[in-house]
Amino acid sequence: MTRRTHTIRRARRSAAIGLVAAAAMALTACGSGAKTTSSSTAAAGASGSGGFTNGIVTLRGGEPQNPLIPTNTNEVFGARIETNLFAGLVYYDADGETQMDAAESITPNADYTVFTVKLRSGMTFDNGDPVDADSFINAWNFGAYEGNAQLCADFFQPIQGYKEENAPFEADSNYKPKDGDVVTLSGLKKVDDLDFTITMAQATPDWPVHLGYNAYDPLPKSAFVKNTTTPITDAAGNPLMTVDPAYGENPVGNGPYKLKGQGAWQHNVKIDLVPSKTYDGPRKPHNGGLTYEFITELETVYSDLLAGNLDVTDEIPESAFTTFESDLGSRAVNLAGTNFQSFTIPSRLPHFSGQEGQLRRQALSYAIDRATICKTIFNGTRTPAKDFSSPLMAGYSANIPGNEVLSYNPTKAKQLWAQADAISKWSGTFEIAYNGDSSHGQWVEAVLNSINQVLGIKTAPKVYPTFQAMRTDVTDRKIQTAFRTGWQADYPSIYDYLAPLYGTGGGSNDGDYSNTDFDNLLTEGLKQKTADESAVYYNQAQEILMKELPAIPLWVQNIVGGSSTKVSNVKWGWDTVPIAYLIEKPE
Amino acid sequence: MSSRQIKTQSSGGPDSELPTPRHFFASDDTALLSDVDVFDESAPPSSLWREAGRKLVRQPKFIVSVLLIAVILLAVAWPTLFTKVPKNSCDLSKSLDGPSAGHPLGFEKLGCDIFSRVVNGARPSVSVGVLTTLLVVIIGGLIGALAGWYGKWVDALLSRITDIFFALPLVLAAIVFLQAFGQRGGFLGVFSVVAVMAAFGWPQMARITRSAVLAVKNSDFVTAAKAIGVSRGKILLKHAMPNAAAPMIVTATVSLGTYIVAEATLSFLGVGLPITTRSWGWQISDAKTMLRTAPEVLLWPAAALALTVLAFIMLGDAVRDALDPKARR
Amino acid sequence: MGWYIGRRLLQMIPVFLGATLLVYAMVFLLPGDPIVAMFGERQVNAAVANQLRAQYHLDKPFIIQYLLYLKGVVTGNFGMSYSGRPVSQIVAQAYPVTVKLAVMALCIEAIFGVVLGVIAGLRRGGWFDSTALVLSMLLIAVPTFVMGFVLQTLLGIKLQWLPVTVGGEVSVKSLLMPAFVLAGVSMAYVLRLTRNSVAEVSTADYVRTATAKGLSRHTVVTKHILRNSLIPVVTFLGADLGNLMGGAIVTEGIFNVPGVGNALYQAILKSEGSTVVSLVTILVLVFIIANLVVDLLYAALDPRIRLV
Repeated sequence: MTRRTHTIRRARRSAAIGLVAAAAMALTACGSGAKTTSSSTAAAGASGSGGFTNGIVTLRGGEPQNPLIPTNTNEVFGARIETNLFAGLVYYDADGETQMDAAESITPNADYTVFTVKLRSGMTFDNGDPVDADSFINAWNFGAYEGNAQLCADFFQPIQGYKEENAPFEADSNYKPKDGDVVTLSGLKKVDDLDFTITMAQATPDWPVHLGYNAYDPLPKSAFVKNTTTPITDAAGNPLMTVDPAYGENPVGNGPYKLKGQGAWQHNVKIDLVPSKTYDGPRKPHNGGLTYEFITELETVYSDLLAGNLDVTDEIPESAFTTFESDLGSRAVNLAGTNFQSFTIPSRLPHFSGQEGQLRRQALSYAIDRATICKTIFNGTRTPAKDFSSPLMAGYSANIPGNEVLSYNPTKAKQLWAQADAISKWSGTFEIAYNGDSSHGQWVEAVLNSINQVLGIKTAPKVYPTFQAMRTDVTDRKIQTAFRTGWQADYPSIYDYLAPLYGTGGGSNDGDYSNTDFDNLLTEGLKQKTADESAVYYNQAQEILMKELPAIPLWVQNIVGGSSTKVSNVKWGWDTVPIAYLIEKPE
Repeated sequence: MSSRQIKTQSSGGPDSELPTPRHFFASDDTALLSDVDVFDESAPPSSLWREAGRKLVRQPKFIVSVLLIAVILLAVAWPTLFTKVPKNSCDLSKSLDGPSAGHPLGFEKLGCDIFSRVVNGARPSVSVGVLTTLLVVIIGGLIGALAGWYGKWVDALLSRITDIFFALPLVLAAIVFLQAFGQRGGFLGVFSVVAVMAAFGWPQMARITRSAVLAVKNSDFVTAAKAIGVSRGKILLKHAMPNAAAPMIVTATVSLGTYIVAEATLSFLGVGLPITTRSWGWQISDAKTMLRTAPEVLLWPAAALALTVLAFIMLGDAVRDALDPKARR
Repeated sequence: MGWYIGRRLLQMIPVFLGATLLVYAMVFLLPGDPIVAMFGERQVNAAVANQLRAQYHLDKPFIIQYLLYLKGVVTGNFGMSYSGRPVSQIVAQAYPVTVKLAVMALCIEAIFGVVLGVIAGLRRGGWFDSTALVLSMLLIAVPTFVMGFVLQTLLGIKLQWLPVTVGGEVSVKSLLMPAFVLAGVSMAYVLRLTRNSVAEVSTADYVRTATAKGLSRHTVVTKHILRNSLIPVVTFLGADLGNLMGGAIVTEGIFNVPGVGNALYQAILKSEGSTVVSLVTILVLVFIIANLVVDLLYAALDPRIRLV
């Protein structure tokens, strides 16, 4: 079975190249529709004129894993629908820059601990509910309180009060809420209908850049009902509010599109969106509507594209890697992306700790012929990694000192391996684990073959039947082999490629790596005012990683997709998803 | 239905192998009645199986299938007779290269020799296919025969158990069992895969056997055998089962191929044979990603599978024809 | 007869209990924690994870989970999937599509398999028999995904006769291609079974008698040979209906059919107990009823078989 579900990745619509805004003072709405200086190749036929058309664009989608409630959506297929249904404070344009959407301005104070948000006036949800400060504050409070069991709760951690309100859960994760509990974020303060302030737990210069993620979308008043499963009242005696489960089935948003009536979401089949009449923001739809077709099999996606049933796909099956560029001509897209792939060797494995481990990791890294694998296995749809992030990040450097460890060098590999053997003789089989319910088998094998040929050690793939089986073993630290790891940042910053994965105690630090110098450099980088200044520190931190290799970087997944002859002006966001509202299709 | 067994009963000694008359049926229209009805008392005692064996070797279908199976079994036992290239010597720089000296079928995507892979894939695939089929025939045949033969509550109980097993999803069971027992290489690995697949293949066989046994249960020769006091178990084994053999053989030979393919599904998820064993099914699944660009990679393992399936179907047909006391031409 | 059917229907109750318990136990034993998987490759928020576990009763021992499920079933509540959808909705959506697909596939394999099998069986050893043999081999050995791909490319993209995928448009036309692909391997079974059964029956005494007493070839074939050789074929078809419904994972994927096979597979990968059990239980019922119908057919096909 080669179904490609289950690699639940974070989707993040967000900026690709010029991350202007890390320290953006007051980002003001550009208001005038998207800029169309294409950062990505659009179709040849794309006029890029910004014309408005009436055709309904069909896009590749998948059944969302959860109801369409923004704070509970942490996977790609739900997120790409919510992008269109909701307008958050900011959005990321085709150039990958952060632009104001529902906000008119977001103004930080001098030390970046308080942000004052001013909303555009006169906005409403599709049911007429106003989009005001409460729409954001209520939605965020709902998402942040762990008692509400929202999958994106952690996204509110940077806001003051998160830690305090969730302290009982921190003490006992089985805690049952009771009357009088704090259920709101103390950092959110309503000033008036259109203004509110966000107080951060600590200085966060790049906070506005975070806000394009769907978890920060607003919710209308009508979405909330009294929580009956946890019937408690807060300190002020107000009942705990929750999002009506029925709301997630037929969400009402404030974005450029709305559902085409009740039941527009046909489970496992498709979802139909039509332009919203109430949206007057910068993301004016260029088309007459969107239909996301839920297709699990990539082969089928491609057949549908060739048959003209599908206008845009953001994924191409492996079987078409060599042909899609000739099949689709200029309508094919193959650009550097942001999905970083690696494998992690926990240092608790025998032979992989201390000096010996470091030598072995380096030897393994030198033994992998990334360029050839990218060329033959992936037909150039992957770009060999040069660092631990993505080439699209501001401040990215392909020349980080020490990154020669990511190039193929059999001599060096053998030499380092021999040095490690001098410390303690290698025995056993080197294994890399992956999940069999997604297509990883071939590259894992190619990597292992490369290692086997260079180092002459026994290698073998270790397959887990399901993604959950592997992640559970990884999370419980029971896994006894190296294992594949992939990462796409939630917002366009090198920081988000490093801190969660390699920072001491980081949430996704599956290899339990810890290095104080590295941590300090990240913290220092975070204090800088511009992305480029921050990146200087991040890249210094990466120099340490190049030596110690807590994970072995492999490659970055390209944006590989294509479109039909019927559509034009297809632009791709940094998250490798086409920007739907810009697509033009004559009727 | 045949009354052959009853007729012979009278001429055979007590408890002896029942001698079969040489010409019970008129072999052609010109046979004289007197010739037909004369028993050749001097003929050595024959048996269903012995006679079937004699008939078999005269069939071209049988000879072809046996030769094919012999070649396949050689590859299973001594793959090095066919190729000296180790199955895991892969060179990415040769990815998808065409045939060259010593590599008659060229290379697949990872740069592994296709011929070597196909030859080496025989062992895991054929052993899984054959062993699973055997186990299914034994378990399914037994349960089906008992259910059909004894009827009443035995049938109700066994048939309802069959119904439950029918509906269990193979993938679910495989993940649970093989994950619990752990993946093993070698014979144990093959056996655990065989056990899981057989556990979910037998219901089909049981149903088919039951229906065949039901069909002969009330036939004249069974009634007669009962009447003269042959034990029920013995009638089932000696008289009813040979008459149920045809559908069982067909089901078994066709299933053999499907088991070989099904094994790939499990390997793919990491619950079948260790992925390094490179069965045919696995090679076929793997070639999926080259369907549009290099279909020849798919062709060879599929052809090997096809030939195996063909050989076993032909063997099954031949054996059935030989076993069938009536179908003579 | 009525008593027989009634008794068979009563037997469904223990089967239902046995099947649900067995399947539930197997889902319970699946490796991995479904809640951990919901967080993808990110940090698992322990409190959120525990809230979710409580919500789905995953914090309770196995037998309690099972009894809670049974209690739900009795009250008409089949539970919720991890995506917050009522399981009853998933079942109600997947089954109608799959029933259509499976019935079409069953008709295709029955018609083609029986017709080809009868001809091959009557002309044993001839060229038609050999062709049928090769065809059976191809049906078994050509992988489903190849057959699906070839048909899609040929009939869907090149000739544009049939829709490439099904998706939301479930119609006889859109289901035709998947039904053919789905019927493939089973058709090989039906063909072989019919061929050998016909070969066997056609030399039986009563067939000779029928021929001898001057009945037309047509009457002999339809009245005597076919009727008596159908028992194994009908048995196979009866059992296959359920197989076609639950085992169509690959075909449903290729043609994007929102059916049971896919729903079941996804639910297994996610360890969604209540979804898996509900889908499988209905499959068990399908098997029971199909097999009951088959047993009734035996009596009709062969008067010597008595139903007791």
